Amino acid sequence: MSVFEILVSAFRGVTANKLRSILTLLGVMIGVASVILPLAVGNGSAQEVKNAISGLGASTITVRAGGMGGGGGGESTAASTNKVITREVADQLAAADLGHVASVTPQVSTSLTVSSTDVSSDSVSIIGTTTGYFDVGTTGVGTGEAFTDAEVASSAKVAVIGQTLATTLFPGASALGEAIAIDGTPFTVVGVLENQSSTGITDANSVVIAPITRIQKSFTGFGAVSNLSVEAIDSDSVDAAEGEIEIMLNQLLGQTDDDESYSISNQSSLLETQEESADSFTVLLGVVAAISLLVGGIGVTNVMLVSVTERTKEIGIRKALGATRGAILGQFLAEAATLTLLGGVLGVAAALVGANYEIYGTKPVVLDYSIPLALGVSVAIGVFFGVYPAARAAAMRPIQALRAV
Amino acid sequence: MTLVLELDGVQQVYGTGEAAVHALRGIDLAVEAGDYVAIMGPSGSGKSTLMNLLGCLDIASHGTYSLAGHDVSALTENELATVRNREIGFIFQSFNLIARMSALANVELPLVYGGVGRGERRKRALEALDSVGLAARAGHEPQELSGGQQQRVAIARALVTNPTLVLADEPTGNLDNESTDDILGLFDVLAAQGKTIVIITHEDHVAERARRVITISDGLIVDDRVNARAVHA
Repeated sequence: MSVFEILVSAFRGVTANKLRSILTLLGVMIGVASVILPLAVGNGSAQEVKNAISGLGASTITVRAGGMGGGGGGESTAASTNKVITREVADQLAAADLGHVASVTPQVSTSLTVSSTDVSSDSVSIIGTTTGYFDVGTTGVGTGEAFTDAEVASSAKVAVIGQTLATTLFPGASALGEAIAIDGTPFTVVGVLENQSSTGITDANSVVIAPITRIQKSFTGFGAVSNLSVEAIDSDSVDAAEGEIEIMLNQLLGQTDDDESYSISNQSSLLETQEESADSFTVLLGVVAAISLLVGGIGVTNVMLVSVTERTKEIGIRKALGATRGAILGQFLAEAATLTLLGGVLGVAAALVGANYEIYGTKPVVLDYSIPLALGVSVAIGVFFGVYPAARAAAMRPIQALRAV
Repeated sequence: MTLVLELDGVQQVYGTGEAAVHALRGIDLAVEAGDYVAIMGPSGSGKSTLMNLLGCLDIASHGTYSLAGHDVSALTENELATVRNREIGFIFQSFNLIARMSALANVELPLVYGGVGRGERRKRALEALDSVGLAARAGHEPQELSGGQQQRVAIARALVTNPTLVLADEPTGNLDNESTDDILGLFDVLAAQGKTIVIITHEDHVAERARRVITISDGLIVDDRVNARAVHA
């Protein structure tokens, strides 16, 4: 009997009791779909992370004052004054001419009320920095211009503001050249930022960027800066640059690796962490899916046992006509495998349909290898869970089987 | 003449000790090629047990059984399957066609297990169906055929491998009078063609058609006579 004939006869066996077969292959179908789809979601999110890494500027390193987890706030948590990263430390770091470092941009940040003549906005993020800020990452000025080195040097009261803030303060009008007051101190708006993608809960478009000298003089004082944005010469040099910065900073601050008063990180390492957590989520879903496949497989065993019992007479007839054990075993294994393969095909189809929709904000991307893998696994499940019923059929004694009604 | 069947001191015992049931208590029987034999006996006489042994569906507890000159008393299960496939054509009381398979596919089945190629199989199955007058019904499934037609398909299936022995177990037990005559007529034709036929029955009018009538009772052969009427018929 050729493979084709075996499959045709197995298919006939499967379709003999359609409802039962459909219910059984539904289990396999759900199992297969719930393996492929999470893999596709995980893959899709990994690709999004990859895109995000290239978008965020993979060569940027952030040094935050304070230990791990401390960041963003204006006040330094450093233990003693000689361990604080100040503007001077940043300048020394920039002047150190480290091999893999392209630029060092200090930032101070705080949160204050900003108002125009008519409108005021509370708790706006205020960043004081140097001109290098606009070269690092993806922060660009949309309309108007960034402040200049001369303006930084002279502590000029100029500011570049985010788009949301611009429309809040100056609804329906251009903010360029207008006066704003930051906590009562007047500034002139010289530029409006390009639209920024928000990554956290804060609105990246509700921000004021002004010369660091002016922010320090008016608001934060000349102590510690909040963080340093360090640009590596290229994205491959990030790790080397990070090492150089760490050694140099420890030297400048007179501290060792063990008592660092700052934390250092880069965008790609942050995103890698995110990717890892996405991966472990995928693995978890995969385990759940594997369990549902197991349940589907047990369903196959069950329905094949029923089928073997129902067809005892047929098995007896086939044996009387000369079917060997192997022939009967093969017949029922082929039926079980056909059943699960059909389930697998439907499961793949369901997963492909499901992959067209966004799931938890992620567009799934079906992995190429997952489809042949899923079909192979379905056949394997059929064979594995079909072995016991098929072996029972094959072991039947012809006279007893023939006696069945 | 060549002996097709030769049973020597065959006993069949089920169970052990006190509970042992002696279904056959010593059968000696020789059947020549081309003979048409009826085995008669009441229920419980052991004729079904004998039929299972003759058909290589079971092996005897004691004694030897030679089929077409080969001792089959001590073969393994798979070897017996091969012997059944090549040497024996079964005809059952309840037809035993496989449901949801066309008449043609049913007739082809023994050839499938015999490893005959697809084209050859189809040709021989159609010839066999033709020989029982059912070539036109080749595509019908068993449930679409009458009892008599189903039994004729079963006869075609028994003949398709050109077996040494045609073994029929109460072949007319489930048929009306007209179909019974029809099927028995077919056996007469097969006998005239020189097929070796063993038919197991408890009905006299069926046994009357055979050339030799063996009666068993309580596990022993009690009568073995030549049926003069059939021989001259």
